[in-house]
Amino acid sequence: PTSCGARGNLGELKDYFIGATPLQKRLESVRKQTSFVPTPPRRKIPQCSQLQEDNDPQKVAFLLHKQWTLYSLTPLYKFSYTNLKEYASLLSAFIAAEKQKGLAVEVGEDFNIKVTFSTLLGMKGTQRDPEAFLVQILSKSQLPSENREHKVLWTGWFCCIFGDSLLETVSEDFTCVPLFLANGAETNTAIVGTWFQKTFDCYFSPLAINAFNLSWMAAMWTACKMDQYMAATEFLWSVPCSPQSLDISYAIHPEDAKALWDSVHKTPGEVTQEEVDLFMDCLYSHFHRHFKIHLSATRLVRVSTSVASAHTDGKIKVSLNKSSYVIFPYCYIVFKMYGICIFHIEEAQWNANLRQ
Amino acid sequence: MSPQKRVKNSQVQKRTSQVSGNYPTNLLAWEEKEDLNDSKYSLKRGQNNPVEDYGHADDQAEDALQIAVRYFEKGPVKTSQNKDKILEEHLKTVENVALKNGLAPEGIDILLNVALSGKFGSAVNTRILKCMIPTTLISEHSVVKAVSWLCVGKCSGSTKVLFYRWLVAMFDFIDHKEEINLLYGFFFASLQDDALCPYACHLLYLLTKKENGEYFIPVDSKLKILISFQGMQPHLQALLSLYKFFAPTLISVSLPTRKKIYFKNSENLWKTALLAVRQRNQGPPPEPLKLMLGPAKVRPVKRKWNSYSVIPVLNSSSCSKECGKKGMILSNYLSSHELFPLEQLKSFPQLLQNIHCLELPSQMGAVLNNSLLLHYINCVKDESILLRLYHWLSQTLQEECIWYKVNNFEHEKEFANFLATVNRAQCFLQEGFYSCETFLYKSLPLWDGFCCRSQFLQLVSWIPFNSFSEVKPLVFDHLAQLFFTSTIYFKSSVLQSLKELLQNWLLWLSVDIHMKPVMNSPLETTLGGSMNSVSELIHYVGWLSTTALRLESNSTFLLHFILDFYEKVCDIYINYNLPLVVLFPPGIFYPALLSLDSSILNQLCYIMHRYRKNLTAAKKNELVQKTKSEFNFSSKTYQEFNHYLTAMVGCLWTSKPFQKGFYIDPDVLEKTGVAEYKNSLNLVHHPALLSYAVSFLLQGKKWNWYLDYLFSEGLQGLKLFIRSSIHHSSVP
Repeated sequence: PTSCGARGNLGELKDYFIGATPLQKRLESVRKQTSFVPTPPRRKIPQCSQLQEDNDPQKVAFLLHKQWTLYSLTPLYKFSYTNLKEYASLLSAFIAAEKQKGLAVEVGEDFNIKVTFSTLLGMKGTQRDPEAFLVQILSKSQLPSENREHKVLWTGWFCCIFGDSLLETVSEDFTCVPLFLANGAETNTAIVGTWFQKTFDCYFSPLAINAFNLSWMAAMWTACKMDQYMAATEFLWSVPCSPQSLDISYAIHPEDAKALWDSVHKTPGEVTQEEVDLFMDCLYSHFHRHFKIHLSATRLVRVSTSVASAHTDGKIKVSLNKSSYVIFPYCYIVFKMYGICIFHIEEAQWNANLRQ
Repeated sequence: MSPQKRVKNSQVQKRTSQVSGNYPTNLLAWEEKEDLNDSKYSLKRGQNNPVEDYGHADDQAEDALQIAVRYFEKGPVKTSQNKDKILEEHLKTVENVALKNGLAPEGIDILLNVALSGKFGSAVNTRILKCMIPTTLISEHSVVKAVSWLCVGKCSGSTKVLFYRWLVAMFDFIDHKEEINLLYGFFFASLQDDALCPYACHLLYLLTKKENGEYFIPVDSKLKILISFQGMQPHLQALLSLYKFFAPTLISVSLPTRKKIYFKNSENLWKTALLAVRQRNQGPPPEPLKLMLGPAKVRPVKRKWNSYSVIPVLNSSSCSKECGKKGMILSNYLSSHELFPLEQLKSFPQLLQNIHCLELPSQMGAVLNNSLLLHYINCVKDESILLRLYHWLSQTLQEECIWYKVNNFEHEKEFANFLATVNRAQCFLQEGFYSCETFLYKSLPLWDGFCCRSQFLQLVSWIPFNSFSEVKPLVFDHLAQLFFTSTIYFKSSVLQSLKELLQNWLLWLSVDIHMKPVMNSPLETTLGGSMNSVSELIHYVGWLSTTALRLESNSTFLLHFILDFYEKVCDIYINYNLPLVVLFPPGIFYPALLSLDSSILNQLCYIMHRYRKNLTAAKKNELVQKTKSEFNFSSKTYQEFNHYLTAMVGCLWTSKPFQKGFYIDPDVLEKTGVAEYKNSLNLVHHPALLSYAVSFLLQGKKWNWYLDYLFSEGLQGLKLFIRSSIHHSSVP
């Protein structure tokens, strides 16, 4: 199915590139995905890889206990890891200018905010994945005191975890970090996002997590073995009715949830779609037995476990509360999961819509 | 442009010359003449001003506005008893109209004049200034005129301040700035006024260009004095840093290391009005973009960050390119000679001259709104440009698509407009975008067949050429479901877009195949494969049409669209030089032949005529080439055509229907009870042509001329058909 259609350009491009161009590959992969069942019937439970050894525990710990708003992001054009410092000063000038009513400000001037860019080592799935990086807006204390503690006003980070299928379809001018997570005032997110969009010709869109993926997360997080459970496993369903929607919260003891999971989980090392479905069906039938309400007819909007919680609005939070060294694998799992999710989210979203 | 409008313009020009000629010495004389002119404009305006688009309901308000404007122009009436009431009434009128629709340039011109001339009290002037909101633009001359009033000192200090603030806020809506720039010195002088200084600074900041260098030295000394009086105020710092940026050597005032630069906000007073004007002007705002992401907005329904339209604003590449070099950004913007700035690109010749050094937009999506850049990306051989566009477009289509979101149909119009823009770009480039294709695949299954119908169906017609069997499950199967369950209008529009799709595929193939006979691709792109794909598409549409005709009981309306499709089909061999002739299925041919509508019959005749031309041309080529190529049409195609042809000739000409080609058992025909069925379908008795026959008879002409009469009635298809297929073979 070559695309003579996009000929003018692609036809010529074919002369330049031997074999299929990233563009063609992308198109072909989309066609394939569309014609076949897009959702992977099974996913591997990620094991701690050797990559985690590269990580900076301090920084990773910093990512815990914060609520992150998810965005998906198109590849960054001409982004370079060697220019992080420059990006920091440009972005801080941009923020200053935005806040000062759009006046031109000189780069390198002294503002009362500071922007930092830094890499987040180890936050990736494979060696091929580009390095994750962190952007922070810090407030500068007005007093030039010796104890210059910067207060973090806003944090955002970009990552790519197991992005193989995406990486194949972009050329080297692009950096593929399809997941962006932000914590802080939304106006700051908007400013930083705008700057990225203008500077690297990328596009942010809010990433909603549909019920389908929420069930997956619930199952996978339940599957995590914990020494000590901090919170109940809780599900929140929303019943669309007017004038106000009705929410149904369903909390179970985490050990019960784990026991249920263990009873449905058969294949070691991976989680299958059937298992996830079965897990949720058990919960539904249990609820129905007691309350005569078919939860399957409502909409799952939030799941929270001792590991993490996720909301359909695209907000997630890692709740693990242990020394970062010990919990890192878990944390890694959590984010890795999102990394996996993101590639399927697009297809899964409309696939799930189809079923509704 | 209407003649009246032209007159108006020439008057405006006359006014301009007066302004520059008499300003500022002969102000009063000029003002009097001006009054006369203005009242004329104000009366005329509204009728033939294309910028304005008021509804009928606004007409009354319009009249009231004109009366009010005239009232203000004349000045306060001193004798009238209830003058305050009248004044208040007129003020209200002006305010209402201004806040709702804005004021036309002429209205602003007059009222600005009133506000600054001091005819009324300060309170009135303030209210007038506060509602000086343009419908679209403000004429530069009005501003120049208004500034001239400042010189005669008729207005109070507070009015002056308000005027400056207004000027800053409305700066972007002033149509030109050249003459205002000539007043640079005047504005500079007003720095000395303490109250005006902050706003004058801001105005100068907006006005200053590198060419204003002559001021930089006096600036230096004046600012020194000012700073010594006022201290280093933030607004002074801001202006100074700009001067210093343009001419670092000329400015000796040193700026403190901790710089505080900002201006007092001038826009507050007109904030909502400004937004409205920007939206009216359609285009995205040229200056400081406000963040649109408020806390009130629920997340998944996120509106655009920092933008009023879906498509990004055209901006030159910002730092991505400059990064890595030293001394980036602003200085590069101003000093770069090697790159041709996008903002200056206005014409095609310019594009040609600078094509080697054109600066690319920072957000490639912006090209959708710019035909010159579309030309550019059409010929540029840089895949990353396309990738940038495609990445953005894919994501935007997905995010904006309204039927992805449950019950969120608020933005339908916006999305329809966006799709229309994308379609325009595809049409302009004669090329389907990959992003649209994938979007189609994903969104078609969810489409209700109603939302943004025409735009969405147009996307279908731009699906790049593909193997039909592969696209069928992705597009056509879904489309068929909607097709069969929807109204006849939907069916017709689907057929229309399939016709366009066929046409696009044929065009691509005819260009592509003759340029590159063999494509080095693992995928099937041989000519045979391609032709197969096209013929499958045609057969598919044939199947759709046959079924649709049955569903819609042979509707004439639908038949028109079907035959339109076949008008493309029958001419593939000759028009596109592609070895393909596919005939229509009987389910289309016979309903058309027996149609009650003469135009259908005529169209059918035309198509048969073209089929004949194509088939004979193909035959001729086969004989010339002699070698058997894989594209020789099978004898079946010829047989099929001959079959149709005999049926037609039997019906229309020889009055021997249902015998050859279109065979019906005579017993069956007996049962119908039609006495002279043999004649009933010939040119005289055919139900589609009966009315012609009758009116021909009424004219009392001889039968010999009947054919000529039919031809003269515009049945060109029939004429061509009879000339080519009948005259030679069988003379009656």
